[in-house]
Amino acid sequence: MAEVASRGKFGPYGGQFVPETLMPALLELEAAYEDARADPRFEAELDDYNRHYGGRPTPLYFARRLTEACGGARIYLKREDLCHGGAHKFNNVMGQALLARRMGKPRMIAETGAGQHGVAAAMAGAVLGIPTEVYMGSVDVKRQALNVFRMRLLGTQVHAVDGGSQTLKDAINEALRDWVTNVTMTYYCIGSVVGPHPYPTIVRDFQSVIGREIKDQAREQMGRLPDLLVACVGGGSNSMGTFAPFLEDTAVELLGAEAGGEGIETGRHAATLVAGRPGVLHGARSYLLQDEDGQIADTFSVSAGLDYPGVGPQLAYLKDTKRASFTAVTDAQALEAFHTLATLEGILPALESAHAVFAAMQRAREMDRDQVVVATLSGRGDKDVQTVARSMGVEL
Amino acid sequence: MAGDPDLATTEKMALACIRGGADLVELGVHFSDPIADGPEIQAAGQRALRAGTRPRDVLDLAARLRRGSDAPLLLMTYLNPVLAMGLTPFAERAAAAGVDGVIVPDLSLEESPEIRGVLDGAQIDLVQLVAPSTPDGRAAAIGAVSRGFVYVVARYGTTGTRSDLPEGLRSRLQALHHTASLPLAVGFGVSTPDHVRTLATSGADGIVVGSAIVRMAAEEADPEAVEAFVRELASGVRP
Ligand SMILES: Cc1ncc(COP(=O)(O)O)c(C=O)c1O
Repeated sequence: MAEVASRGKFGPYGGQFVPETLMPALLELEAAYEDARADPRFEAELDDYNRHYGGRPTPLYFARRLTEACGGARIYLKREDLCHGGAHKFNNVMGQALLARRMGKPRMIAETGAGQHGVAAAMAGAVLGIPTEVYMGSVDVKRQALNVFRMRLLGTQVHAVDGGSQTLKDAINEALRDWVTNVTMTYYCIGSVVGPHPYPTIVRDFQSVIGREIKDQAREQMGRLPDLLVACVGGGSNSMGTFAPFLEDTAVELLGAEAGGEGIETGRHAATLVAGRPGVLHGARSYLLQDEDGQIADTFSVSAGLDYPGVGPQLAYLKDTKRASFTAVTDAQALEAFHTLATLEGILPALESAHAVFAAMQRAREMDRDQVVVATLSGRGDKDVQTVARSMGVEL
Repeated sequence: MAGDPDLATTEKMALACIRGGADLVELGVHFSDPIADGPEIQAAGQRALRAGTRPRDVLDLAARLRRGSDAPLLLMTYLNPVLAMGLTPFAERAAAAGVDGVIVPDLSLEESPEIRGVLDGAQIDLVQLVAPSTPDGRAAAIGAVSRGFVYVVARYGTTGTRSDLPEGLRSRLQALHHTASLPLAVGFGVSTPDHVRTLATSGADGIVVGSAIVRMAAEEADPEAVEAFVRELASGVRP
């Protein structure tokens, strides 16, 4: 029976591990997405929003002073921080919100960690006239207060989630509970390449605009493909979007930077692929940070957007097949990269993105001067200024 | 919820349920991220987790209950704790404890064949759920593979005590009886003797009361109160 086949697998990862109430909605979403993909008008409308509303294509910028400071490979930055709303989250949200409208859903919900996805969902909800509500862990509501207020200004209701560790994982739990309750009228706009099929595929496809642009821009600016692509990994959307168009280009190395928090050895981190093992959470089988009994672990990271004990199933597969590798960057290293980029290039990166910058610098030092590293700068750092100030002992 | 606040209490409460007239006992094995559960069961799971309850302890509890009673025992849990123990070790230990069935709310029909195969081998029923959103054809497919009974999710939403029953349950149950040959047990939000009475005359073969008992067990922590409550609930089925 075709209807009951397991779907959306990347090797052993992915799938649809959800309450039955949601299964018909996932099947409906899958059909609607396939239909939209086959419709040139959908593509054209998304492209139009990307260009004239989102500010795409974003630049591929040669970071000259950063390169000189490292003394190795040339470092380029893919400037997703210049995307509308200040992060790559826009790419995914605009696509999904157009899909929601196409499906005739009168209400949209989203979860958020750093608040960037929530802000993007709020923007898309406003511009398309879809009432939007966002779930956010109460710890994140505090540490990303600026983004909470931005969402409110954009007309979105923010629900603080007090359950569990009060961060991104719990926000997803609560969004799923809302969806189970209101599924017929509600579009769930998930913020990363996680969750049950078809979300990891949909989000990857919408984020792949990052990698496609890198490819075109690299050919144009350097006449070749980069040697190494680096992106930070929370749920994995900016990294999958960066990597996906290069999967067949096996000469291009792919590196994901996870949140090492206070250090892997302390157990206080969020480096799921580096230190986790497979399990099922939030609708998919993937690597998880969990205890011996399968209880999900609390995670720790200076960056709210990486503070998640799961990871996208396709990234799990890329790890197992060794097509991509993953490294952990600690809070201290990310903060160091934040300051380096600020003073050498005049860019305040999101703390999430600073993890990628650190990993890129580290690798560039060991590479030849004629080699090229592209690091995806997934977002800008305005939202993190308070956190950085606190880490310096400065009260704002 | 097993281990809320400790396993000794859960044992007393389960026995109280059986004395009160429960035909079947469901033991919750907590999971840190219970997406199908509302406030009562979430809180109970958190308490069990904080108390250090482990899934293997719950299996030991099941074995103790089994020695004192013939009432069928079901485990209600999420997939990840089962995977963490390992499918086969889980099935073997559950069978050795005398567990009759398992309910896994985050296990869709699509993802169920492997675990059903393993549980079948251990003669443990894997109970599948149908939801209000499930179309007829899909409900038939679920009814065809479920074991023991079909768990009919009464409403859109999570578990949790509610003051009313959703509309249209009677016609849903009638339609499901046409497609499924197994008994139908209704749960999610069934909270009062009144609800039970209504369901018993609407075509439900079994009625699951979860959160209301979990809450009572936690708030009053009095086996006699739980026994009396279950007796009142059961009187709705067997007047
Ligand atoms: C700027 C930024 N980068 C990265 C992430 C991590 O998400 P993902 O791994 O899905 O790209 C977030 C998430 O909130 C973010 O805000």
